[in-house]
Amino acid sequence: MLVAGIKSRPVYKGLTIEPHAKRHIFALEGEGATALIDQKPAFDETILSRSEILYVACGSKGKGHDTALLGLGTDVFWTAPTIATLLFRLKGLLATAHMGIRLYIAGTEGFIGQAMTVGLEHGMDYASIITEHRGSLARRVQCVHCKGITDDVTASPFTCSHCGLTLLVRDHYSRRLGAFQGVNIDAEDRGSAPDPEELFL
Amino acid sequence: MSGGTEVPVRVTKVTPVAERIKRFRFERLDGKPMPYFSGGAHIIVSMHDDGHVRRNAYSLMSPPHDCAAYEISVLHVEDSRGGSTFMHERVKEGDELKVSYPVNLFQPDWRARKHLLIAGGIGITPFIAMMEQFTREGANFELHYAVRTRDRGAYWKELAERYGSQRIKIYCDAEGITMPLGRLLDSQPLGTHLYVCGPSGMIDGVLRAGIEAGWPEQNLHSERFLSSLPGKPFTVELVRSGKTVRVGHHESMLEAIEAAGVDASFLCRGGACGQCETGVVTCDGKLLHHDVYLNDEEKAAGRKVMICVSRFEGKTLHLDL
Repeated sequence: MLVAGIKSRPVYKGLTIEPHAKRHIFALEGEGATALIDQKPAFDETILSRSEILYVACGSKGKGHDTALLGLGTDVFWTAPTIATLLFRLKGLLATAHMGIRLYIAGTEGFIGQAMTVGLEHGMDYASIITEHRGSLARRVQCVHCKGITDDVTASPFTCSHCGLTLLVRDHYSRRLGAFQGVNIDAEDRGSAPDPEELFL
Repeated sequence: MSGGTEVPVRVTKVTPVAERIKRFRFERLDGKPMPYFSGGAHIIVSMHDDGHVRRNAYSLMSPPHDCAAYEISVLHVEDSRGGSTFMHERVKEGDELKVSYPVNLFQPDWRARKHLLIAGGIGITPFIAMMEQFTREGANFELHYAVRTRDRGAYWKELAERYGSQRIKIYCDAEGITMPLGRLLDSQPLGTHLYVCGPSGMIDGVLRAGIEAGWPEQNLHSERFLSSLPGKPFTVELVRSGKTVRVGHHESMLEAIEAAGVDASFLCRGGACGQCETGVVTCDGKLLHHDVYLNDEEKAAGRKVMICVSRFEGKTLHLDL
């Protein structure tokens, strides 16, 4: 069960290297590493010398994506232990950046949404940030009732990890929060919610 | 009228500003305040020139919060089609005119961290109102203004005095001082939006330099003062109204169609907004698209034409009007 066809549902166009950029910042999570590795033929010395990778392995630990990314030979390659650490570094980087820099984000939707929010907070235009979805379809969902955010939601309905209500996951998306909307599905008749379906594996 | 509501106004002041540039102040005949506008907006001034109606678009340069009057500046164009000559030679203090409600096709992006304004010549006018608004909103801005000679450049002195030399930079061709565009583009903080207004060649150059400096197109904004170019006279058939309209050498299709009593839609009259988009029913000949609204594919397809600035050469042109 899913409420779909809503305009705010993000569209991820896929990674392409912007040839004129003075600096390329790649924020990659998990399988998002492969989006950049697939771009390898597009790299030349100039692009490599201007590129900086911020990588958090998450679910891709043990698959060796870090070695492959390091092997690309970019100017900077840095791995973060958690998404929060990666976002903190990204903030620091954008705070002193100049026009001409480009931000590329690849990974799960929850990660793209959070990294995108950092870009928007630093005055980047939504349409100028280049994104590609890779890996799990798991969603980051905000409960509209208690406002708590639950990461890695794979089923709908699911139980809010903050207030315990049964939430239907909608396609309604907030750029500001980088999260989808979850709405109580059995408000009138507690316990009448349909069985959860694994929609976002 | 399709360009929006018109307001009857009186010309309450005409001020010579610089060589070939005059400022006009308009107040409403009924004494009411003018509608609010936002920095970057323009109005269409209707001029009745011996039975011929001329309509030109001019950027509003008075402070956007001040509804007592509207002010515009008019450059007397060297090979004027008549509008700027009319404004310069015929319009006097006390005259009555009609102006349209304001329309803004050059809106600043209010999410910007900083606004970088680049003006050439008379292209300064939309920025004068914008800077008033930026100042009131506490927004960060910087103006880089290129003039041919000091006496032909309007307002540079007043602006430098009002906003200071940190924010206002003047570049004078005659003194051999050119704008360091590359350095400017490379040194802007993330989140800067650029706005350029001036001669077409300058706009093209600045936009191209922006893309080459790695700026996303979303951060580059421009406004052109296009006017319909003169050309060979031609005839156009309007299929819905069943009229045949002769377009003269100095006339635009839109002007000729209006003169024939057909109400055609428009907003900018400068090939930028897309409001006057008209379907081409049949075309045996060549459409001369002069607008910046249609993309190259649409222009090549020849199924639409912007009648405010485009022309036609050939045998027959039938429009859906």
